[in-house]
Amino acid sequence: MEGTNNNMKRRIRILVAKPALDGHDRGVLVLAKAFRDAGMEVLYAGLLPTPESVARIAVDEDVDVVALSLHNSAHLSAFPAVKKWLKKLGADDIQIVGGGIIPPADRKKLEKLGITGNFGPGTPLDQVIEHVRKVAKKKWVKDQ
Amino acid sequence: MPATNRTKKAYKSDSEVLKANPRSNSSGFELKDYYTPDDVKGSYKSKLGAPGEYPYTRGIHPDMYRGRLWTMRMFSGFGTPEDTNGRLKLLLSHGETGLSVAFDMPTLYGFDASSDRAHGEVGKCGVNVSSLKDMEVIFKGIPLDKVSTSMTINAPANVLTAMYAVVGEKGGIPKKNLAGTVQADILKEYIAQKEWMYPPEAHMRIIRDMMVYCTNNMPKWNYISISGYHIREAGASAVQELAFTLADGFEYVKLGIDNGLDVDSFAPRLSFFFNSSTNFFEEIAKFRAARRIWAKEMKETYGAKSERSMKLRFHSQTSGYSLTWQQPLNNIIRTSVEAMAAILGGTQSLHTNSYDEAWALPSEQAVEVALRTQQVIAYETGIPDVVDPLGGSYYLESLTDKMEEEAYKYFKTIKAMGGVVSAIKNGYLQKEIAATAYAHQRKVESGELKVVGVNAFSKENEQPINVLKIDFNAERIQRKRLREVKQKRNEGNVQRSLDRLRDVYSSGENSMESIIQAVKAYATLQEISDVGREVFGGWKEPTII
Repeated sequence: MEGTNNNMKRRIRILVAKPALDGHDRGVLVLAKAFRDAGMEVLYAGLLPTPESVARIAVDEDVDVVALSLHNSAHLSAFPAVKKWLKKLGADDIQIVGGGIIPPADRKKLEKLGITGNFGPGTPLDQVIEHVRKVAKKKWVKDQ
Repeated sequence: MPATNRTKKAYKSDSEVLKANPRSNSSGFELKDYYTPDDVKGSYKSKLGAPGEYPYTRGIHPDMYRGRLWTMRMFSGFGTPEDTNGRLKLLLSHGETGLSVAFDMPTLYGFDASSDRAHGEVGKCGVNVSSLKDMEVIFKGIPLDKVSTSMTINAPANVLTAMYAVVGEKGGIPKKNLAGTVQADILKEYIAQKEWMYPPEAHMRIIRDMMVYCTNNMPKWNYISISGYHIREAGASAVQELAFTLADGFEYVKLGIDNGLDVDSFAPRLSFFFNSSTNFFEEIAKFRAARRIWAKEMKETYGAKSERSMKLRFHSQTSGYSLTWQQPLNNIIRTSVEAMAAILGGTQSLHTNSYDEAWALPSEQAVEVALRTQQVIAYETGIPDVVDPLGGSYYLESLTDKMEEEAYKYFKTIKAMGGVVSAIKNGYLQKEIAATAYAHQRKVESGELKVVGVNAFSKENEQPINVLKIDFNAERIQRKRLREVKQKRNEGNVQRSLDRLRDVYSSGENSMESIIQAVKAYATLQEISDVGREVFGGWKEPTII
């Protein structure tokens, strides 16, 4: 079944967000629709949330994955800030997936912090969806 | 070089998919095998006319680029005000007279460098301006009576206009002699770029204040640049870009007329900013249709008598969205084709994107290639030698007609909803764009649309390219300067100017003079913006997905 994990019949809950001053929302809106079409439960944080509010929505809504997108070069401060807040709220099992205009060197730095994916423009949607399924499964295993 | 089996196989499967590809364009028009005189309706005189003649389909000047080439206006701005001042002076020393300044995200949203919301973003996508002091540094030593400055700023455009006026005044140049442009097109912010501070009605009122004030006091200031660029980047098709942008334009014309201005006193100051994407003929048709629609509506609906009010002038920029992360050098080719479309479409000025922009902010080398692209077209190809060389092509004229026809359908829908502001508040325009963006992405995923290097002729191992490294010092420097500004200024003056602005914002009288007083007192961008936030409130967009 699409959107569910083979081992556990569970729908992936995913929050898509742009945690900074960035109105370039074409990517997140396309992804939100694609995640929904892939059978996931999708939440959108709206525009201009702070990293703190993204983390709080993620915890309140009990999501499995937070998908972050930025096109304004703030990924190195904003993505880790979401991670930090999730930890503070006792929810660092929630997986963070990144995307946007992210130079290769920054990609490595984000990976080290446990922020995975970090997809650039032109990445096939299926590749992003597959990745989300993979990290969601990782979370479910951790949660058990 | 011998092709490997792998590439041969890839090529074969790609050409098979190409055959099945239905022939249409971003606007969804079905295309015929070929076009004949039967596909072109109307007389030459009424539909086209000579270049420089109503309805200006063939261009707004009789001689177009034979008289003067388009302006190669490259948008730049980064880091601290000192960095940008250095860059502007360098451009001036190369003979440029048209400056173009980009601002960072905190400035665009009306936050100071010291705000929590600004952390990590100061000086990143442009230069940071937190107070008049920063503008004084940016334009230090630049003769503001001899240059024109384009500032890409929207929500706080009134504050930046005031700052520019004060910098000029302090340098002994009266406001009436200052030439330049602020983008200030708030409607497209709600529709596409999403950089706003207040609800639509409040921002429209601020634009009204700028329109009235500049018409009377700053006659050489273009207080608005009506922009389709961002609408297209957000996912709109060519015809949606055309229709939504012109609809925004008419909304501003109505605003001016409704506030007692004579249409010919302000319409000549309105100009446009369009996207130029990869579907060559579709783009050229879009630019030509835009001119014809504008001329007709300005004359027939809005009662313009001056030719200058009917002539649609536009800046264009090649499509950022069309740039791919994969095989980045291919982007040079895409940008070249897009630049040619803008020129064949009769643009007044052009910015060409750099090939590395899907990776990072552009490096110096990439920016240079982008400028050289324009220079090669200008000086080597012969394209500028004849005005509107594609005019009369059965295909292009038919496509131009179709663009016009379909744009009018959108005007009707928007009008039925009660105008652009209503169509923003009910989410119609945003949803239309998001739906087109998603449909486009689906077509790329299925292979129906080919993108070279992405879903066709792709390579397993991408060669990395050198990208720009950003300095993190700007934030520290800007915070320090802001502290100094706050220590030196007279707090009483600041508070009085902000109290006065609060009254003016609440009462509805023209706010420009109060903004100028606040700027002069060194009230910060955020302090001034916060007065608006207090009086008007914020804005949350309707649900799009």
